[in-house]
Amino acid sequence: MSEAIAMSFEPKIIAYVCNWCTYLGADLAGTNRLEYPPNVRILRLPCTGRIDFNLIVKAFEMGADAVLVSGCHPGDCHYTAGNYHARRRWMLFRSLLETLGIETERVHFTWISAAEGKKFQQVIGELTEKTRAMGPYAAYQEMCVGQASACPEAAK
Amino acid sequence: MARIGVFTCWCGENIARTVDVEQVAAALGQLPGVHCSLDYKYMCSEPGQALIAEKIKSENLDAVVVASCSPHMHLRTFRKTAAGAGVNPYRVEMANIREHCSWVHHDRAAATAKAIDLIRMSVAKVLWDEPLEPIKVPVTRRALVVGGGVAGIQAALDIADGGYEVVLVEREPSIGGKMAGLSETFPTLDCSQCILTPRMVEVGQHPRIKLYTYSEVEQVEGYLGNFTITIRKKARYVDIKSCTGCGDCWNCCPIKRNPSEFDYGLGMRPAIYIPFPQAVPARPVIDKETCTRLKKGKGCGLCEKKCLTKSIHFDDQDELVSEKVGAVVVATGFKLYSIGQEGGTDLRSVARPGYGEYGYGKFKDVVTSLQFERLLSASGPTGGRVVRPSDGAEPKNVVFISCVGSRDDAKGLPYCSKICCMYTAKHAMLYKHKVHDGQAHVFYMDIRAGGKNYEEFVRRAIEQDGARYYRGRVSRIYEENGKLMVRGADTLAGAPVAIEADLVVLAAAVVPATGVRELARKLNVGYDEYGFLLESHPKLRPVETSAAGVFICGACQAPKDIPEAVAQASAAASKALIMFGHEELTREPEVARIDEKNCAACFTCVRTCPYHAIDRAEVLTARGVFVKRTARVNPGLCMGCGTCVAVCPSKSADLAGFTEQEIYAEVEALV
Repeated sequence: MSEAIAMSFEPKIIAYVCNWCTYLGADLAGTNRLEYPPNVRILRLPCTGRIDFNLIVKAFEMGADAVLVSGCHPGDCHYTAGNYHARRRWMLFRSLLETLGIETERVHFTWISAAEGKKFQQVIGELTEKTRAMGPYAAYQEMCVGQASACPEAAK
Repeated sequence: MARIGVFTCWCGENIARTVDVEQVAAALGQLPGVHCSLDYKYMCSEPGQALIAEKIKSENLDAVVVASCSPHMHLRTFRKTAAGAGVNPYRVEMANIREHCSWVHHDRAAATAKAIDLIRMSVAKVLWDEPLEPIKVPVTRRALVVGGGVAGIQAALDIADGGYEVVLVEREPSIGGKMAGLSETFPTLDCSQCILTPRMVEVGQHPRIKLYTYSEVEQVEGYLGNFTITIRKKARYVDIKSCTGCGDCWNCCPIKRNPSEFDYGLGMRPAIYIPFPQAVPARPVIDKETCTRLKKGKGCGLCEKKCLTKSIHFDDQDELVSEKVGAVVVATGFKLYSIGQEGGTDLRSVARPGYGEYGYGKFKDVVTSLQFERLLSASGPTGGRVVRPSDGAEPKNVVFISCVGSRDDAKGLPYCSKICCMYTAKHAMLYKHKVHDGQAHVFYMDIRAGGKNYEEFVRRAIEQDGARYYRGRVSRIYEENGKLMVRGADTLAGAPVAIEADLVVLAAAVVPATGVRELARKLNVGYDEYGFLLESHPKLRPVETSAAGVFICGACQAPKDIPEAVAQASAAASKALIMFGHEELTREPEVARIDEKNCAACFTCVRTCPYHAIDRAEVLTARGVFVKRTARVNPGLCMGCGTCVAVCPSKSADLAGFTEQEIYAEVEALV
C-alpha cells in the first residue's frame, strides 16, 4: 500500500457494542468531548452475548474494513455471563475465520466499561489507524459476489 | 409502506455546531418510508415533543426516529411522547448524533455524513420494529423470608406490618439467630435479648406471619411474582400446636449432657430441649441423634409419659409443604470461620491452612468471640459470670486477638469482617465491668471503628476501662505451667510481647452461613468466591439480585453489624412492598422468544440462559397429542440479554426489540 493511498483511504468500521458498558463508555467519551476519528458506526445491542458472529461476516459483506466487538469487562456483565459467552464464541469463530482466509486482524475484540470514555477514544483511534494502514478490505466482498444476502429486503 | 417521521435535534448548538442539521433532515427525507423529516432546536423540550406528537397525528405516522442524544438519556421520553400520540412506543428509535457524533468530531462534513449514516441505520431498524406491549405478570402478594435472625425478623415484620402475609422459614428450632446469643451490643451496651426478644414475640404472634421453624427451603419454582416454594419441615417429634411449652419434658429427660448448640458447646442441654428460654416458638424439639428412644426405637419415652397434652410423637416424619409467594427475602446471615483448619470445600477452592498455632480446639481456654458472648450473657451457661471453661476459675488476664482469619489472604480470607474491632472493644469493656481486677489485652492490626459513636466507644474501652491494645499479631499460643502463653509482637513499641493468659478470645472471621450456596442456586442468585450473595448493583441496587423478585439483606450479603443489617432488611422489605403495591407487574417486552415450529430441541439455549428463563416444553395439538419437543421462553424470567439468539444453531430464538431482522437491516443500511 503506497503512502498516498493510505492517506486518502477512509476506513469504514462497524462497532457492535453492548448497551450497558461500551455504549455508555462511548457516551462518556462524548460527554467529555474526547475526539476520535469519525470512521466508526456504533450498533447498540443489549449484550455481547447477543452478538451472533454472522453479524461480523455480514459487516464485511456490507463493506466494512474492520469490525469492533466490545462489551463489559469479564465479571461485570449486566446479564452476569453474556460477555463470557461472547469471548468463548470468539475463540472458536476466530479459528473459523482463519480457515476461511478472512483477515482476523480486522476483527477487534475488547472490553470497555461505562467509565472508560478515554479507552473508547483510544481503541477507536488505534483501530482506525491500524485499518488505514491495512488498506481497504475488498477481498471479502469479492468472495461474496453472486451470493444471496442474509436479508436482501432489509434496507429497502 | 411504513410512515416514518424523522426528527433531528439541534440540541441548541451542541449538535448543530458540528452537524449540518438542515442537510441531515433533507437527506433523510429522501429515504423510502420516511414520510416527514424535520429539524428542531430542542426536541426534548415541551414544544419539541409537541411537534413530534402533532406530526404523528397530522401525518398519520406509525414509527418515529429521533436523532439527538443518547437513548440512555431520552429514549423513555420520546417513547412516552409517541405513545401519547398513538404510536407504539417500541416503534421509536433514537440515533445518537450528539455523544457519538457532534461532541467527538470537529470536521463538519465528516460529522454530517456520519450523522446521516447513524440515522439511516435507525430508520432501517424502525422499519422492522414490531409493535410490542409491556408484559403483565400477576403478583402473589405474599413474601417468603429465609432466615429468622435480626435481619429476617425485621424484614418479616416490615412486610407484615405493611399489610401482606409473610412466610418466615428458620432452620433452627427458634428464631433469633446470632443476635439472640449476644450479651450486650455496641456502642450502647443495650442488652441484646432485651431489644430482640420483644421483636421475636411480635413475629410469633403476628397474624400475618406464618412461621416455619426447624424448616428449610427445599425447592424453588416459578419466577418474579409467582414463586412456589417447597419447605421441608424437619421432624421435630413435638406437636407445636398442642404443646404448651410447660417444660415437663425437658426437665424429666435423662440424657442431659449434650453440648448446647446455642451456647456453642459451653453449656449442656437435654435430648428434648428448647435452645434458650426466650425461644420463639417456645416449643421443644427432640434431637434424634441423642434421644435414647429415637436411637433405639424403644425404651425410655419418659417425656411422652410425662406430657399432659400428648404432644410428643416419636413417629414424626419430615414433611414437605408448599407455599406460594411473590417475593423472596434472603437473610441467612453468617457463621464464624473455623479457626483450626479451614478445609477447601466451603470457602474457595483452595484449602487454607488456618490458625492451628492458636490452639483452638486443643486448649479449652481458647474460645471464639461468640462463645465469649455466651460467657458474658446473663442468660448464658454461667449466668453471666466470666469463667475459664477448663476449671471454672475467674480469669485475671484475658487476651483478645482480632483478625483471626480476616485480612489474611495467606491463611484466612482477604476481606475485613467489619464487626470484630467493635465487639472486641466491647468484650474488653464488659470483661472489665465483671472482673474489676482483671486485665484485658487486645492484639489488633488496625482499629476500624467507622460508625456513629463507634470511635468514641473504642476510646472508652482503652481510656476508661484500661484495655491494653497491642498493634501486632500473635504468633503462637502454648501451655506453660497451667497458663496459656501468648507470644506476639507490639509493632509500635518494636518489641516482642509474651502474656500469661487465663483465657484467650479469638475474633474469628465472618463467613456466610452453611448451605447458602445451595440456596442461592435454587433461587438463581449469584454469590462471590466466599459465598456472600451478590447484589444487583453495589451502590444503587444493594438489596436486589440478578433474580427478579429475590432480595437480600443482612450478613448473607457481606459482614455487617446489627444497625446495618436492620437497615438493609427494611430496604429489602420496602422493595417487596413496592412490588406488592401493584396488582400486576409490568415488564419491558424486549424479551426472547422461540419459534417452536423450527426449534430442533437441542436445548443449547436452556443451558446458556443466565436466568434459567428457558424451559424444555412440548408442542401438543389441540387434542393434546404430542407433536414435538421445543424450548420455551418464560417471559416473566427473561431479562432480554439475547444470548440464546446467538447460540441457537437452528436460528429459532429471537429477541424482541433486537430481532435478527432488525439488526441485519441496520447493518445493511450502511452500504
